Amino acid sequence: MRAFRFEPLTLPPEAEAMRRKIRAFLDNERANKRYAAHCTSWSTFDPGFSRRAAAAGFVGMTWPKQYGGGEHSNLERFVVAEEMLAAGAPGGAHWIADRQSGPQILKHGSERARQLILPKIAAGECFFGIGMSEPDSGSDLAAVRTKADKVENGWSINGAKIWTSNAHRVHYLIVLARTEPASENRHAGLSQFIVDTKSKGVSIRPILNMAGGHEFNEVYFRDCFVPDDMLIGKPGEGWTRVTGELAYERAGPDRFMSDTRLLVELIKKVGDTPSERQAVEIGRLVAHFATLRRMSSSIAGLLERGENPVTEAALVKDVGTAFERDVPETIRKLLPIEASLDDDDEYSQALAHVLLYAPSFTLRGGTPEILRGMIARGLGLR
Amino acid sequence: MEDMSTIVLEQANRLFQQHVNKEVLSAADAGHWPSALWAALDEAGLPLALVPEAAGGVGLAALDVANLIRRAAFYSVPLPLAETMIANRLWTDAGGDPLEGAVTLGPTNNSDRLTVKPQGNGWRLNGIARHVPWGLEVTNLIFAEDESGAGYLARVPASGAASSKRRRNIAYEPRDEISFDDIELGSDDVLKAPAWLTENGLMPFGAAIRSQQMVGAMERCLDYALTYANERVQFGRPIGKFQAVQHMLAIAAGHFAAATAAADTLTQSERLGDDRLAVAIAKARCGEAAGQVAAACQQVHGAMGFTQEHPLHFASRRLWCWRDEWGAEASWQAMIGRTICAVGGEGFWPLLVDPKRKDAVTQA
Repeated sequence: MRAFRFEPLTLPPEAEAMRRKIRAFLDNERANKRYAAHCTSWSTFDPGFSRRAAAAGFVGMTWPKQYGGGEHSNLERFVVAEEMLAAGAPGGAHWIADRQSGPQILKHGSERARQLILPKIAAGECFFGIGMSEPDSGSDLAAVRTKADKVENGWSINGAKIWTSNAHRVHYLIVLARTEPASENRHAGLSQFIVDTKSKGVSIRPILNMAGGHEFNEVYFRDCFVPDDMLIGKPGEGWTRVTGELAYERAGPDRFMSDTRLLVELIKKVGDTPSERQAVEIGRLVAHFATLRRMSSSIAGLLERGENPVTEAALVKDVGTAFERDVPETIRKLLPIEASLDDDDEYSQALAHVLLYAPSFTLRGGTPEILRGMIARGLGLR
Repeated sequence: MEDMSTIVLEQANRLFQQHVNKEVLSAADAGHWPSALWAALDEAGLPLALVPEAAGGVGLAALDVANLIRRAAFYSVPLPLAETMIANRLWTDAGGDPLEGAVTLGPTNNSDRLTVKPQGNGWRLNGIARHVPWGLEVTNLIFAEDESGAGYLARVPASGAASSKRRRNIAYEPRDEISFDDIELGSDDVLKAPAWLTENGLMPFGAAIRSQQMVGAMERCLDYALTYANERVQFGRPIGKFQAVQHMLAIAAGHFAAATAAADTLTQSERLGDDRLAVAIAKARCGEAAGQVAAACQQVHGAMGFTQEHPLHFASRRLWCWRDEWGAEASWQAMIGRTICAVGGEGFWPLLVDPKRKDAVTQA
């Protein structure tokens, strides 16, 4: 069989040095009660936190200094990401821009886009949303109908995007649109654009999620003008670009650490004398967790070497998000405590948050149903 | 050493391919010791693969030995090769000379306790060790304690135990019950165990072996299943074209990848079993994966997989045994759980990512 590669990674000394720095920063945040770790996660939108993290050098870390970056390695960035996740840091404002939009612009954007946008992201002043899904195009991303027509000096976008997290409070979206009519080759004729959410012709409708939060939106584009230099790459490259972007989105530690804080609250609550059953179940979850961390760090090592392990990334996301879904289902059997968002008990609150958000874990960034198709292709079954 | 390790691995792989076939495996199932195979492996120096050159061994790295164990398990090699490699390393680390022939390890679980006491110039060994791999056929390397709780390694010839019984696991591998009734041993048959061995006994080493073996056997099962899924035609197309089958195998591949990653971690320690928390994680994760992978691969093969006509059963039956041997998932999971609860909620993450982690592990 084709073996998927997850080579062991030993973090270099500078990455461990970075770990000490980010821990000191996060300890200080929590000591000053700037966030409550039991009910926050990487999807919690907190511009203040993102600005402080950026000021301390933890956003845009790998980018060139001329664009406001820190010229650190991917492995140092990996350590910062996993430490933020372990501490439940509310990095939702800058997360998407730092993880995928910024790197996408750095690699394929125009020089003006880089100069205009990257320094602002690295300063924690510019946030991004993802404009991929549409009302009639979810998992079947190639079916997008939003179109961009060539006009003088730019493009005119018409259509709608949906499930656009934070569209109402980010500065830009990267929008996937058709620049040529759909043809036999479904992946041809697509392009990615950087769209300013304050542009004329953009309107945003909130969609509340089942937890009561406003993250999702539906975004409409009506004759929305986008200048030529806000096209990412060349016209027609959209499918390649979006696939590359999804590899950034899928491979990271955020795909198995979304409910790490719940695990922490559980361990605190159980105390140092667990029952046999508690010990076994906690041990099982930790064995999964530790293994996923190893797989995820291995992918960080491949990315650092300039490789793009698309299938491995899909596999880690599938295994990782299955674990995230399993955590609340397993631990609710270990303590007789009911979930409540307004209970004084931090474990109860943490459980409530995770239960309500868990369905999204296996949706965002590609469903298991899609990922397993990719894995099957990698196995030679397609 | 990279050249040396490549040569040994390729040679071993060739020997496994040459010598292990359905006839040999069926004969082993019926209780036949494959002496030609053992002679070839012995000739190739594999029993001393993990022993440092200074101690008279081949001096391969733990990573290479893990790969050897996986390849042997891939072919269902019906011999205690991995046990012999680890036993030789432990014995020479304790100051002994390399052991003759094949060697097994015991006790293989936490309930069997064996004792040694000095007698004249030599020693006496007492106790019962159960589920000892090929315990009746080969030299037994036994971990035992004296009255004060100090640990020792005792070398006992296969014929040394009188009232022993043949027992087999469901892969029909010998897992014998060996009774040591005041067995008389010479002064050089019993060596003081190093501190790291006294602390944890043989369990982490046995569990490390089985973890690597499960990775090898899972790869074999998946190989068979992928081949079969692409060949077997139903409803006018290979069954591997059906999404239900694809997803079943994709999930199994995820378990296999996770198990491999967990077992890889062990190659960072010299003897594969030195980091007890890493062993616990590997044995628990590989054990869980083994059940899932075997089930999916059996299902893909349909009724054919349930026969002796297809060789899948050699690998899947071993998976069902190996996940339970040297501590099933639950016992290692409980150890992980107790360790994590001892360091507390905020200590959990720092412990997992600390590259210089000392064995902060509570006794299981």
